[in-house]
Amino acid sequence: MNRRRFLPVLPILTLLAMLGPVVAGLWGTLLPAFGHLPAAGLTGPSLDPFRDLFDWAGLPRAMLLSISTGLLATGISLAIVMLITAGWSGTKPFRALERLLSPLLSVPHAAAAFGLAFLIAPSGWVSRLLSPVVTGWDRPPDLLIVQDTWGLTMTAGLIVKEVPFLLLITLAALGQADAQRSVVISQALGYGRLTGWLKTVFPRVYAQIRPPIYVVLAYSMSVVDVAVILGPNTPPSLSVQIIKWMSDPDLAMRLEGAAGALLQLGLVIGALIFWRLCEHAMARLGQRWIASGARGRFDPVVAQGALAAGAICALTVLFGLVVLTIWSFAGFWGFPDALPDAFTWRNWMRFGPGTLEALGETALIAVTVALAALILTIGCLEAEYRFGLSFSARAVWLLYLPLLIPQTAFLPGLQTFMLSLGADVGRVPVMLAHLVFVLPYVFLSLADPFRAWDTRMGTIAAALRASPNGVLWRVRLPMLLRPILTALAVGLAVSVGQYLPTLLIGGGRVETLTTEAVALASGGDRRAIGVYGLMQTGAALVPFALALLIPALVWRNRKGLRHG
Amino acid sequence: MDKGLSLRNVTIRKNGAPLLSVSHDIAPGEVLTVMGPSGVGKSTLLAFITGTLAPDFQATGAVWLDGQDITNAAPHQRRVGILFQDDLLFPHLSVGANLAFGLQPGGSRPERAAKIAEALDEVGLSGFEDRDPATLSGGQKARVALMRMLLSEPCGLLLDEPFSRLDAALRAQVRDMVFDRARARQLPVLMVTHDADDAQAAGGVIVTLVG
Amino acid sequence: MKHLAILAALLAPVPALADTDPANWDAVTAAADGQTVYWNAWGGSTTTNDFIAWVGERVMADYGVTLEHVKLTDTADAVTRVLSEKQAGENDDGAIDMIWINGANFAAMKEADLLFGPYAEQLPNWAVVDAEGKTVQTDFTVPVEGFESPWAMAQVVFVHDTADMPDRLGSMQALQDWAAANPGRFSYPQPPDFLGTTFLKQVLVDILPDPSVLADPATDENYDAVTAPLWAYLEELTPNLWREGKAYPATGTAMFPLIADGELDLSISFSPGAASTAIANNELPPSIRTFVLDKGTIGNASFVAIPYNSGSKEGAMVVANFLMSPEAQARAQDPEILGYGTVLNMAALSDDDRALFDALELGVATLSPAELGTVQAEPHPSWATRIADDWMTRFGVSE
Repeated sequence: MNRRRFLPVLPILTLLAMLGPVVAGLWGTLLPAFGHLPAAGLTGPSLDPFRDLFDWAGLPRAMLLSISTGLLATGISLAIVMLITAGWSGTKPFRALERLLSPLLSVPHAAAAFGLAFLIAPSGWVSRLLSPVVTGWDRPPDLLIVQDTWGLTMTAGLIVKEVPFLLLITLAALGQADAQRSVVISQALGYGRLTGWLKTVFPRVYAQIRPPIYVVLAYSMSVVDVAVILGPNTPPSLSVQIIKWMSDPDLAMRLEGAAGALLQLGLVIGALIFWRLCEHAMARLGQRWIASGARGRFDPVVAQGALAAGAICALTVLFGLVVLTIWSFAGFWGFPDALPDAFTWRNWMRFGPGTLEALGETALIAVTVALAALILTIGCLEAEYRFGLSFSARAVWLLYLPLLIPQTAFLPGLQTFMLSLGADVGRVPVMLAHLVFVLPYVFLSLADPFRAWDTRMGTIAAALRASPNGVLWRVRLPMLLRPILTALAVGLAVSVGQYLPTLLIGGGRVETLTTEAVALASGGDRRAIGVYGLMQTGAALVPFALALLIPALVWRNRKGLRHG
Repeated sequence: MDKGLSLRNVTIRKNGAPLLSVSHDIAPGEVLTVMGPSGVGKSTLLAFITGTLAPDFQATGAVWLDGQDITNAAPHQRRVGILFQDDLLFPHLSVGANLAFGLQPGGSRPERAAKIAEALDEVGLSGFEDRDPATLSGGQKARVALMRMLLSEPCGLLLDEPFSRLDAALRAQVRDMVFDRARARQLPVLMVTHDADDAQAAGGVIVTLVG
Repeated sequence: MKHLAILAALLAPVPALADTDPANWDAVTAAADGQTVYWNAWGGSTTTNDFIAWVGERVMADYGVTLEHVKLTDTADAVTRVLSEKQAGENDDGAIDMIWINGANFAAMKEADLLFGPYAEQLPNWAVVDAEGKTVQTDFTVPVEGFESPWAMAQVVFVHDTADMPDRLGSMQALQDWAAANPGRFSYPQPPDFLGTTFLKQVLVDILPDPSVLADPATDENYDAVTAPLWAYLEELTPNLWREGKAYPATGTAMFPLIADGELDLSISFSPGAASTAIANNELPPSIRTFVLDKGTIGNASFVAIPYNSGSKEGAMVVANFLMSPEAQARAQDPEILGYGTVLNMAALSDDDRALFDALELGVATLSPAELGTVQAEPHPSWATRIADDWMTRFGVSE
């Protein structure tokens, strides 16, 4: 009976945990943006913050950077994923790439960005391997690659991380799109594999993966940690500049930052609308293309190209991790040596204790948040099942809302808001802030398998006189062990990778592997970055390995669950 | 009538539109067969009786079982057993644990183990306690599902196209086994099917629903 | 001591609200026992981080104070934090107990009454600080008045790789000429990074015929005229910078790997011993040396300050006092550890303590106090703030 009363509250609690901080944070941003910060003796409304913002010489470039990074990273990763899937799904190379990319999904953005920088900088590993024999360089060339003015390296850093994400999302959508038969039929009609897929399967798949694509777009436009590591500084992207303004001792800068945050929000909304319009245009062009009956003469070339691009993404992240490992063990490593003079444990001895401390904090936060998110999610899904609720399409968008609103738009406001509530800075507020971003991912990861569970199992169990809780604990949850652990691992990885919420809401007191690693970026100590980057990657990867291993061990004698 | 399963003026609507109406008493040991093409709402009727009707259906009327109105009882308190066309053995439990799930609580561990062994023995599956259900043949699974249901001591039995997945030879065998045991335990049985053979074999009243 | 603390706790119902008198050192150490001090200090240098960790071990052993290093990328973050806490009414137990600070950040916090004090001159170790000989009572010309306590001396040195650039340079004009002849081999951290801003001030101090105007606050009347030569200098220099000035290293330490890889031949540092330390850590090749300009270079002191709303002021004072101890100072000056200049007066030390310093090998790339020459005074912070802002407008957006 208790549970019955408690359960219906969970969906509301979940929405509150997810959207409450967003709304509070936006409010805390909106007021200062119009010059209203009574605590500092400033009362609005006034347009001065916006006037100051538009006076900043770097603004046009910073806005352009935000827009170009977002559109390019999203467009290119989407194109790569769609063309790979179109040309290769169901084949051996596809499965190989899928197996390579899945674990890379959990590599934190910061670690991947460091890896990329260590690979392609003028003094990076690629340049070292080719020098001096191929290039003739005995000193690194003075080339602007990392932190380039147009943010191309930053865009590349985002692409290598978004391709695995979009690929896995696409794979999930393919299961419901009846893709194989459509491709077989169009091939029988003389279409190339790739063209046939694009003309018959793509529209269905795209409709399903649209929300995550929007998330990628919003994220890429406003990312901070990747931008700090790979992005330009003359000027930086808008979001990085917002964080700089927000941390300026001069209070007036805070107002300008708030105005910038609103501008960032506006840019993201504008870009989403632009993307939506492009979808319409593409749909019209696509229909014309389908009507033309073109069979796809260039299919093999395009497919090969897409596969190569996908492989480059996977190998970049992979070799990025390799070079992080080398640096973490490196003694003196001068240019252009391909490998360090000596390998040593010294760096690990030096930074190891610090990483362990940060790992403890990271794990404590991640485990608490991921478990909380899992309990709320299971509670919501179970309430939906027991009370026959069904979430409308609009409610599903609510799930994506915290991921679509740029972090830089509401986290600084949330910080002020939490302080004014008297909520002590530190671990618990950080956990609440992480929950905002962890919940949607855990929910999205678990919802499909949870709903796909054969409810007749529940009817049978109830007919065998098992109570609703008995059905949940004794039948449903054990059968869903694998998806539950996967959702938990997703939650852990998301929490481990959070930079801005930890930094801003933690007030600097909460040091996780991610905040420590990004803080090291400004110091440039590559050995320390190597150690922290690897620890950060491990913290995100190990849970995924466990999510695979534990069900395999627990259900080793249960054939019926091996592929569940 | 005290014993048995009775459906009193049951009408089920889908989003307001009438789907089916049934009013019938099933005496202990008797079978009522409900026939009709797929989509006519046969399984919906069973969902109403088990208390698992989806929210877009509305039902009026009452279900009485052994002299009690169970129309609004919780699903797990209705004492109605059900078999589906799929065996639906719990894949995470061994054969023995599946049976233990059905067996009513009470009794010492050895006593419970003995009851389970007895049930397996009854359907010719002695010593199958530790087997993974996924490794059984279709006929074996159907027998385990039947015994699991009977061990929960239901007062009525619902069959949802129970034999349609079995091949012809096995089908008659399993069918006889189910009806024999239902008769032996004096259970009222409600079967929905679109198979005339099954209806014939049940030997009871046949109601045909039209779409 | 512990009994005293318990007694104090019993007698005073809210001991946290009543600040202990810094002059009553016994009461300070008694209250400090068991406190946790969050020291917000720039965390980009792993050697500094290691040193702070060592300080933590020592104050834990001697005073029972737990020291947590909150690693900042920018000290201004900590200033903002205290400000927003004040706005939110968090006046008793803020997130920050101690800040590594100087210059504009100190001026801003002192001006806004965000600091606890005066306390510095009441600390026991103030007696051995070289208050006369070193600039520890003014901070970028702003009077300290006991609101922060010094712990290290810094002076600008130029770091060069003798393998590629054998000779020192005597002036900023010489640097301009050398950069023109060797484009892409010099850079400085991007302002408003403190070292980057210091480079700008160093240029101004060196090229102005009379830099004494910088001792007074900048005014709207004189600012443009005084700084015009600086902008002209930078206009000429920027195309010859590393990456043509389209990207800058984030911090001073970020330039070490660039020198080690051979991307840069010349950079600057605010710590005369840092290059020797980096050589010892394999971060720089042994061919690195340092030099100062003919007219000398800018020097200043690093301080620690305690926010007004710290809940562990006594613990913070214990740490601040320990930082000025001969033991900590000698360790900080050891080039194997940090290579920072000491704030202590050698003549005021006991023989045993002085021996700690005499035993130090300064390292191959460290200049002796005599070679470091004249220490030029920091300009008033208003200059640094305006110059850094102006730099961001003029050079922060590359063509």
